[in-house]
Amino acid sequence: MSTADNPIAVLVELRDGAVARPTLEALTLARSLGTPVAVWLGTEPDADAVAQLGEFGAAEVRVAAIGAEARYPAKAAAAIAAATEDSSLLLVVSTFLNKEIVTRLAVTTGAGVVVDAAGVEFVDGEVEAFQTVFAATWNVRTRIAGKAIVGVRPNTTTASAAEVPGAASIVPISVQLPATRETITAVEPVAPIEGVPLAEAPVVVSGGRGTGGDYALVTELAELLGGAVGASRDATDEGWISHEHMVGQTGTTVTPALYVACGISGAVHHRGGMQASGTIVAINMDPDAPIFEICDFGVVGSLFDVLPQAIEAVKAHRAN
Amino acid sequence: MRILVTVKFTPDLQSQRSFTDGTVTRTADDGSMNELDENAVEAALQLVEAAGEGEVYALTVGGADAVAAVRKALQLGANHAIHVNDDAVAGSDVFGTAAVLAAAIRKVHDENPLDLVITGMAALDGLTSMLPTALAAELDWSQLTLASSLEVGDGSATIVRHLPDAHETVTAPLPAVVSVTDELNKPRYPNFKLIMAARKAEVVQWSLADLGVDAATVGAGASRTTVVDASPRPPRADQQIVTDTGEGGNALAAFLIEKGLA
Repeated sequence: MSTADNPIAVLVELRDGAVARPTLEALTLARSLGTPVAVWLGTEPDADAVAQLGEFGAAEVRVAAIGAEARYPAKAAAAIAAATEDSSLLLVVSTFLNKEIVTRLAVTTGAGVVVDAAGVEFVDGEVEAFQTVFAATWNVRTRIAGKAIVGVRPNTTTASAAEVPGAASIVPISVQLPATRETITAVEPVAPIEGVPLAEAPVVVSGGRGTGGDYALVTELAELLGGAVGASRDATDEGWISHEHMVGQTGTTVTPALYVACGISGAVHHRGGMQASGTIVAINMDPDAPIFEICDFGVVGSLFDVLPQAIEAVKAHRAN
Repeated sequence: MRILVTVKFTPDLQSQRSFTDGTVTRTADDGSMNELDENAVEAALQLVEAAGEGEVYALTVGGADAVAAVRKALQLGANHAIHVNDDAVAGSDVFGTAAVLAAAIRKVHDENPLDLVITGMAALDGLTSMLPTALAAELDWSQLTLASSLEVGDGSATIVRHLPDAHETVTAPLPAVVSVTDELNKPRYPNFKLIMAARKAEVVQWSLADLGVDAATVGAGASRTTVVDASPRPPRADQQIVTDTGEGGNALAAFLIEKGLA
């Protein structure tokens, strides 16, 4: 298949047909570990995508053109297995679907798996992954014996183009797909949330009960800072904003460089989904709100007073 | 309709959790059933109630304290409780845990076939959500995971799952392993009569030997991953909290600008 020295496989994540930013982060991470090789499932990549993968260091783009069959975890796993026989480490973006795919893969290959990792390195020739667990109150380092699969969270590595681009040579992968008991009978596309996907956004501004359902200021600040809009469980349960925006342990787990919690008390399920963020800012009327225990900067006050003033001040700063 | 629900004992999310020698330290008095497993128990109860016949089994694996998880399932209305309790299971990774659960499920299934195994979408203490897939693979049953809706009939089950890019409808023949999200239903509260009955109900105890599982194939020794270091994260340093008396927004903007975040 390849002559790449210590090939580190990276499963390419696509967003509306283009390579998603967390994949570029994973390629950047892979460069620090060995020679990145991209694994592409689905329809054939276009020239732009291949060029971009090369720019971030991919020596090869291994293409398993299995089309929509890639939606089946067991079939995707078989294609990845065929594409990564020579690789001791596979990196994927930690999503619910990828966790299913790598579980199927590990069952067939015997690989060890760590998901929701913040980073990975080789120590004495063995893979070690690090995570934050228990709502980000502990740091944990896990060694994987033998063949390894690591699911990496978005925003844990800063994506940067390689000094020397990879060749990104296309390597077609042929694979015998296994039969599955399951049949996908309908796929109803979800209109993408406008702007940056929540899980990958470098800035997340979230609104909770304190917004009373009015997301105008939260959205304005998110747009100003180039971020995405999040919400607490309370807000999505009220129907103020769709479930896709929910930050929390059963919604989307986010690890942005900046998290701004507006009118969110900080229930344990919410904290578990955002506590590993870089800098945390909280605005809440209640000085005893648990969110203040974990923030770097807090304002006790009404978001309807604080946000407009902050937005104006940031705009004024930028105008200077 | 015969359904088995796998449930997990997890520490109270509000309580302190820690690592000792690479494993999670928890005490019996500060934990119960994983909250997301309540949706799995509820789904099973509703299906049996709708069918007008059937039974719900609750199954857990873990040390002595794990029995609290199946007792909670009994309080909610499960008919039978099984606790796989064997020191050799300690330290298992997700594949070892799946192998033990699968062996227990087969033992129930071989005696009187099951239609479904239902699980929660993830455990709130680990949240890897890999177990349902590993269990389906281990049993070689249909896999219907992350169900936001679930319909069962005519020897098959159909779910809708909400993935970030699409809502998928997936159908598969029974028996199937179904994992359910917290969007599927609102779990009921235990009633007094069931709470009293659950106290006296028998919990079947099985060891690895009862299941014909070789202890060497599970537990810490067989785990593909080992925790080599665990340390508490330092609390956030230099925390600033201001009270808005008219300048709160400006203070916030100044903080963001100083940190290079605005």
